[in-house]
Parts: sequence; structure tokens; C-alpha cells
Amino acid sequence: MGLKNDVILQTVTKVAVFIILAFSIHLFIGGHHNPGGGFVGGLAVVSAFTLLLLAFDLKSLRAGLIINFEILAIVGVLIAVCTGMSSLLFNEPFLNQIFGTINLPILGETEFATAVIFDTGVAFAVLGTALSIITTISEDICKWRQ
Amino acid sequence: MFRILLIFSILILSLSIVFTMYRVIIGPSLPDRIIAMDCIGINLLAIMAILSILLRTYAFFDVILLFGILSFIGTVAFSRFIERRALVDYDRNK
Repeated sequence: MGLKNDVILQTVTKVAVFIILAFSIHLFIGGHHNPGGGFVGGLAVVSAFTLLLLAFDLKSLRAGLIINFEILAIVGVLIAVCTGMSSLLFNEPFLNQIFGTINLPILGETEFATAVIFDTGVAFAVLGTALSIITTISEDICKWRQ
Repeated sequence: MFRILLIFSILILSLSIVFTMYRVIIGPSLPDRIIAMDCIGINLLAIMAILSILLRTYAFFDVILLFGILSFIGTVAFSRFIERRALVDYDRNK
């Protein structure tokens, strides 16, 4: 193999990953009234990690992210189901949500909804599933080539 | 007048996508095809931006940014594939 020199790709990736992660947080937060939400936010995070995986390698990604992705997916599904079921305790239909406004010091009138917790569960489930698929397939291919 | 100009520019961009499809299908080498695919992505982005001016809406801005990110990652993945024949290394210092 020749000399591997990915300076441009690695330098661009170091900046672009933070832009993509900030945009995914924007998508996740704006998902209540605008296009977006947990699913698309999780997929944007996965695309940022895929860019890291393309520019660097699997070993350094595993060293940076110490969480187990399969457990993350299970926890996400558990959060989503438990928030859906919790409305049954108050004699409300499944997946019913409530919201209220709170006066915060800097942000002013801020709206809080219980749907955000459900969305967090969906985002964790999507993130864990997609990242475990990508890392497992690439690890298998790396082992097969050696 | 402004509306006619925007529709005309959308037509020109779609025409350029049609001509780029020629390079995708008949392109002699793999890098030609990859650059043509990237060019199609950028033209689609421009069409979406002009459409959001035409419809006077902010709703497409998130779509434009997300499409740009996905197109960039797709181009990087394809060009890495033709250079290394593998998408992901296990240890890049080896």
C-alpha cells in the first residue's frame, strides 16, 4: 500500500462534524412545530459519526465513544414505550401528551412538552440501531480482509 | 417578471441535470460518474433554494442543509471507495 495522507479530509471533518452535530440538535429541538424531530435528529448524528468513520478509523471512534450502541437502542425503545404507556396511568389515551409554558430567566416564555421525552427515546433508538449496523458491518469487512 | 425569471432558472437547472445524467450513464470512468453525481446533488440544492424563493417559505431551509450534508458524505464515501477499495479502516496507522 502507498503512503496514506488524508490531511484535507481529516481537517475538513474536524470542523464539519461539529456543524452537523449542531444542526442535528437544531432539528431535534425544532421538531415540535417545524420539520424535524427525533428520527431525523438521530439520523443526522449518525451521518456525523459516519463522516468521522470515513476520515479516521473504527478503533479511534470506539475509543472516543465508550457507549455500547445496542444497549443505547434498547434504552431508547424502553424510554419511548414507557412515556407512551405513562399516559395510561392518568386515564388518558395511549401516547397522549401535555404541555405547559415556564418563564425562564434568559429565554422568556418557553414551552415544555412531554413529547420531547418520547422524541429522545426515538432518537436514542435510531442512533443505536444505525450505528451498531454500520460499525458491525465495517468491523466484519476489516476482519475478512486481513 | 421576477416569477418568470425564477421559473426560467429552474428550467435551466433541470436541463443541466439532464445533461449531467448523460455523464453518469455513459461516463467513461468511475471518477467521472462520481463528480457527475455530486454535480446533480448541487443542482438539486439550487432548485430547492429557488423553489423556496418562489413559494415564499422558510420550510425548505432544513431540507437544503440536510441534503447538502448527505450529498457531501456520499461523495466522500464514493471517492474513498475508488481510492482504497474499502470504506472503513480498523486502524489507520497500521
